[in-house]
Amino acid sequence: MDPSYIKPFIQSIQNVFSTMLQLPVTVNAPRIKESTATSFDVSGIIGMSGDAVGSVVLSFPKDTAERVVSLFCGQQLEVGTPDFADAVGELVNMVSGGAKALFPNKKVSISCPSVVIGAGHSIARQSDTPCIVIPCTTDCGDLVIELSIQDRSGAARPAAAAPAAAKA
Amino acid sequence: MRIMLIDDSKTMRNIQKAVLTQLGHTEIQEACDGQDALSKVGAFKPDLLLVDWNMPNMDGLSFVKAFRQSNRSTPIIMVTTEAEKSRVIEAIKAGVQNYVVKPFTPDLLSQRIQETMSKVAGQPAAA
Repeated sequence: MDPSYIKPFIQSIQNVFSTMLQLPVTVNAPRIKESTATSFDVSGIIGMSGDAVGSVVLSFPKDTAERVVSLFCGQQLEVGTPDFADAVGELVNMVSGGAKALFPNKKVSISCPSVVIGAGHSIARQSDTPCIVIPCTTDCGDLVIELSIQDRSGAARPAAAAPAAAKA
Repeated sequence: MRIMLIDDSKTMRNIQKAVLTQLGHTEIQEACDGQDALSKVGAFKPDLLLVDWNMPNMDGLSFVKAFRQSNRSTPIIMVTTEAEKSRVIEAIKAGVQNYVVKPFTPDLLSQRIQETMSKVAGQPAAA
């Protein structure tokens, strides 16, 4: 995966969290991840298509997700309710949308978000695309961005990005 | 003033509704995508529409194009994560008057609403 995709996501998550939640985000060193198991219990997923193809996952431990969603919505929401999932989906949507606007000279579309909740769930990704994990620390707890993106700007484009398949 | 909020995210509609309520607007209709909005605009007759771009069933751009076939004048503000210049141009060509990129602060959204309504009324926006 082209490492130039990492920085836009760092800038975007810091912008989204500071603007919508007044929550600063400290970003730690990105690393490559081999396993398809997500890092935490609650994952918001967005597919990308066009000049960059793949998936973006924003993954939180349950307690962190509860605190973040509570800040975002201004009220406590129970994990697993449609409103809770909607809030997590909107966060990953804003982070992905903001990041893709920072990709230089690339035309990229994003899918509507999906949210998976459950300990130990896996998210399948394209086997030929490595996954980069960006660990983030906030006052609400730790979370990660998982990027699995392939550059297609010089290649024949697929009709659409295969949506990430999730398994709880 | 009657305002229609079109966004598939209930969270985002609630945030926008809170800003509008603070500005004193109480006649608010919600729609969860372009199709839902098209089915409601006739009866609600909004004075302003806030429209998301990426939505299931019918996206915001398709909605704006469809709406503009029968309504040339009601102001529309696109409120979206689509921040690329090419997208903004596409939206304006389709008939959008103003544009707000998510994430936004309540102040920015209220400023854009006031700007848009002042333009429609032919007056400069209040500072």
